[in-house]
Amino acid sequence: MAAIEQLTQDFLRTKKLPHIWCPGCGNGIVTAAMVRAFKRAGFEQRDIVIVSGIGCSSRAAGYLNFNTLHTTHGRALSFATGLKMARPELHVFVIMGDGDCSAIGGNHFIHTARRNIDLNAVIVNNHIYGMTGGQHSPLTPSGKKATTAPLGTLERSFDLLELARGAGATFGARGTAAQPRQLEQLMVRGAKHKGFSVIEALSPCPISYGRRNKLGGPVEMLLDIKNKSVPVERASEMSSEELEGKNVTGLIYAYDAPEFSEEYYRMIEQFKDK
Amino acid sequence: MPEKKPVLMQGNEACAEGAISAGVRFYAGYPITPSTEVAEHMARRLPELGGVFIQMEDEIAGMAAIIGASIGGKRAITATSGPGFSLKQENIGYAIMAEIPCVIVNVQRMGPSTGVPTAPSQGDVMQARWGTHGDHPIIAFSPASVYETYYLTIAAVNLSQKLRQPVIMLLDEVIGHMREKVLIPDTGKLMVEKSSDNVPADWKPYDEKGLTPLVPFGFGHYYHVTGLFHDQYGFPSGDPEVVKRALDRLHDKLEKYRDEIVLTNYVGHKEPRVAFVTYGCSVRSARAVVKKAYWQNRWPVGLLSLQTVWPFPGREVEALARQADVIIVPELNRGQLVREVERYSRGQAEVVPVNRYDGEMITPDQLMEVLGRWLP
Repeated sequence: MAAIEQLTQDFLRTKKLPHIWCPGCGNGIVTAAMVRAFKRAGFEQRDIVIVSGIGCSSRAAGYLNFNTLHTTHGRALSFATGLKMARPELHVFVIMGDGDCSAIGGNHFIHTARRNIDLNAVIVNNHIYGMTGGQHSPLTPSGKKATTAPLGTLERSFDLLELARGAGATFGARGTAAQPRQLEQLMVRGAKHKGFSVIEALSPCPISYGRRNKLGGPVEMLLDIKNKSVPVERASEMSSEELEGKNVTGLIYAYDAPEFSEEYYRMIEQFKDK
Repeated sequence: MPEKKPVLMQGNEACAEGAISAGVRFYAGYPITPSTEVAEHMARRLPELGGVFIQMEDEIAGMAAIIGASIGGKRAITATSGPGFSLKQENIGYAIMAEIPCVIVNVQRMGPSTGVPTAPSQGDVMQARWGTHGDHPIIAFSPASVYETYYLTIAAVNLSQKLRQPVIMLLDEVIGHMREKVLIPDTGKLMVEKSSDNVPADWKPYDEKGLTPLVPFGFGHYYHVTGLFHDQYGFPSGDPEVVKRALDRLHDKLEKYRDEIVLTNYVGHKEPRVAFVTYGCSVRSARAVVKKAYWQNRWPVGLLSLQTVWPFPGREVEALARQADVIIVPELNRGQLVREVERYSRGQAEVVPVNRYDGEMITPDQLMEVLGRWLP
């Protein structure tokens, strides 16, 4: 059996397929990159937990053959924090969408970053609420249209990785569904990083975002994402004018800091054998 | 029962200690008056027991974190008061749907909204029943003393584990902050057996045949947990048959184990003419009246105290209504549980509410005056 088929059989719940995602959606590409990253990171299947929130991308949990926890809207990181503190030996991956993570889950996101707890957040950013049919999120670029912003949104969008960095996350990377190999590599590095790792995956939503904003079909959208992505190494040599409208991809930051669950268990060691 | 030692304890502390005795080793929550002592006690005690205490960023996260910990195999509890209880409702519903054991303590204070944070109230009785959306079952205990708080918390933890159902401890500010004697068993071990000890080979996380233990994550059973309606394996389904069966199963679970869930206590005359039905701190005032009216004066008076408020002890109230002419229902609200009492009395007894909602207790004198309408 080819390696990829073996991977599909082991790590995907093939009986639950086909998935619910629309044609041209990037969620499948991101999910596949995750599955490959699990394999490459070398973790035991039984030690991997997938936690997800509410939204299109969060449905990935149901298709992945691990212990999977599909939670409430915005709260995935808090469920994951409880689980990780109870069972620090587990590798916990948290899949969220842009609205799930940065709007309703914004508070949990910054505090998870502040604690630097060893969770791996993968945020599928398609700039829109897809499941409910195309409302603007905090990651919808200014001016873009949505069902709740028919004239274009006036709001400014977050830079998710800078938000996380400011709040204390120790690993931040950005990949795209148009460059799945790089995304996979970033996921492996994030998985191995001790501390809160944030991986933003830019992904096309042709149905609820692309159509309304005349961005073309899936192929055009993927090409657009690819063309707008600038590797972090190159971006350092570019001016802010040149970077306008671009997305810096790659490993944006990674540094060591005390990890919360490890620190907690070290702190309570003094009570052992008492 | 092992030897017991008397300890002077505050209600909130007794709640925390009861949880610990029942094997709780995880607390996540957010500070709020008048429940904060539960958190503070847990913050001191859990680390020395190898457990986890974590103060979360908000009430919602506290509720989410105990569910996460419970799925990881830890017995988990959180504590809050009215405003926080409102925020926790979303994830309480999740725990009901996904059948994750956990205990939620609500030390009731005067509401609505921020209300009077330090004043007692029994205003959250209906919120405990219907606070989260959807047609769900719920278990709620309401202790009337510090001693009862200790033992009901133990019962709450164990029932929650056995039934895989969230249990609400509905304290009130009086019970939470009062200090009383509690008899603590020496061993401090009052846990039922670990739920995951005997896992059958054909284990399904949501077995339609009946109760099935929760196998924690990380032991090689790759099941799915979701707040969506789901099949026996946990996978989402919108099939009307699956949906109906799943909701019925959640309710049947409580009906089947009703005798273990519904706890009441009757004191007083065997054939009462007038009976009190109440719960929580209001039991104390009613008991003082029964003491005087029945034990001293031998009037035909009795008191049915409800340790369990949900599911409502309908059969017990119905039986009482057949016996008594009048049922008096004191509550620190504008009349919430009295409607259930009326419903189950089925017109066989006159049901008289006594309500107070100015942030003060109902006094025995106040109840004695009401009783005077019929007796002596």
